[in-house]
Amino acid sequence: MSGASSSASPWPLWEVFIRGQAGISHRHVGSLHAADAETALCNARDVYTRRGEGVSIWVVPSAAILATDPDDHDQLFDAAQSKIYRHPSFFEVPEEIGHM
Amino acid sequence: MYAQEVKTPSSRLRSRSDMCEQECAFQDKLDAGTKIEPKDWMPDAYRKTLVRQISQHAHSEIVGQLPEGNWITRAPTLERKAILLAKVQDEAGHGLYLYCAAETLGVSRDDMTADLLSGRAKYSSIFNYPTLTWADVGAIGWLVDGAAIMNQVPLQRCSYGPYARAMVRVCKEESFHQRQGFDIMRVLANGTEAQRAMAQDALDRWWWPSLMMFGPPDDASVHSAQSMAWGIKQDSNDELRQKFVDQTVPQSDFLGLKIPDPDLIWNDDEQHYDFGAIDWHEFYDVIAGNGPCNAERLGARCNAWSEGAWYREGLKAHSDKQRLDRKAA
Ligand SMILES: [Fe+2]
Ligand SMILES: [Fe+2]
Repeated sequence: MSGASSSASPWPLWEVFIRGQAGISHRHVGSLHAADAETALCNARDVYTRRGEGVSIWVVPSAAILATDPDDHDQLFDAAQSKIYRHPSFFEVPEEIGHM
Repeated sequence: MYAQEVKTPSSRLRSRSDMCEQECAFQDKLDAGTKIEPKDWMPDAYRKTLVRQISQHAHSEIVGQLPEGNWITRAPTLERKAILLAKVQDEAGHGLYLYCAAETLGVSRDDMTADLLSGRAKYSSIFNYPTLTWADVGAIGWLVDGAAIMNQVPLQRCSYGPYARAMVRVCKEESFHQRQGFDIMRVLANGTEAQRAMAQDALDRWWWPSLMMFGPPDDASVHSAQSMAWGIKQDSNDELRQKFVDQTVPQSDFLGLKIPDPDLIWNDDEQHYDFGAIDWHEFYDVIAGNGPCNAERLGARCNAWSEGAWYREGLKAHSDKQRLDRKAA
């Protein structure tokens, strides 16, 4: 038996995004390994759409994704917390005006 | 369960006074029901425990294809064959969802595969029993997938986001598995005398191993308390086992089959079924590698890996060549 870790270089990891139905955006559903993008698409079809869960698939190399650092969370997202006037519910609409 | 022997690094539940500030903040997050995501800080022990649990779970899904795969070519009708093929393909999918979830914790797929093939990693004891007749395929869907559902439904609320999300996907697919198994049992139980006997024989052989799937009794599960504090485990082994018995006995009655336990009796005070003692010696023996099919199952996985090497390497060579061609163009 040849050990699993003896494989020269592992297949890259791909993130899979699926459009559930026409009119809605692609959504991240998971990831998988494949040698190249074409095989990743084929595998994504078998792994993530066995019950008609999608009408379109994107695969993206996981290594190509740049993400925010959870340690920067406060610095990035706290500022929005104080700007509640960005929500329409901040403003009172007189009853006489009705819908606005 | 599918991960029956998940050891946490210490068998003692960590108290707040044992924890550093960072760890206290982590526990606060868990206690507030906030999910943990891959890039968030987490204690080493939490990470290690999750890797063990998720990879054991994944290995179980993969090895779990073998007992049923044994009957795909001999299914009694074309329809049963197509259904079984779809069911076994789902289990492969479950394995893949789970490996991906484990990989978000920093382990590589190849290392997990190596651990399975070398025998270092565990998988569920249940898959080390043989499938001798077609009725075994029915009993597995009904009992084994039934027990798996009981365990996996609460795991959808697990504190680790990628594991919880994988479980949501898995649970959506599982109820088809249980129903197709029960359907096989129902047809056999209403069939000829020989078919009835076959169904009963399958129940006789799968009942006790199915109860063992829930893992050691609570008083022997030294690692449960920490896993519960971490939100990796929601219910105790014995609670889930009891729930499974209470759910399954009426189904067996409906089939007109007899559960092979002379001590099984309805307890009106407790409003549940009391059942007989489980042979834990057998359980630990199977876990240790001495079940009827341990060697066969691992052998099949090792063969699949080495016989598939040329194909994996071929795909890699093809993609490397395409990359070079694109560069040259
Ligand atoms: Fe499964
Ligand atoms: Fe299943």
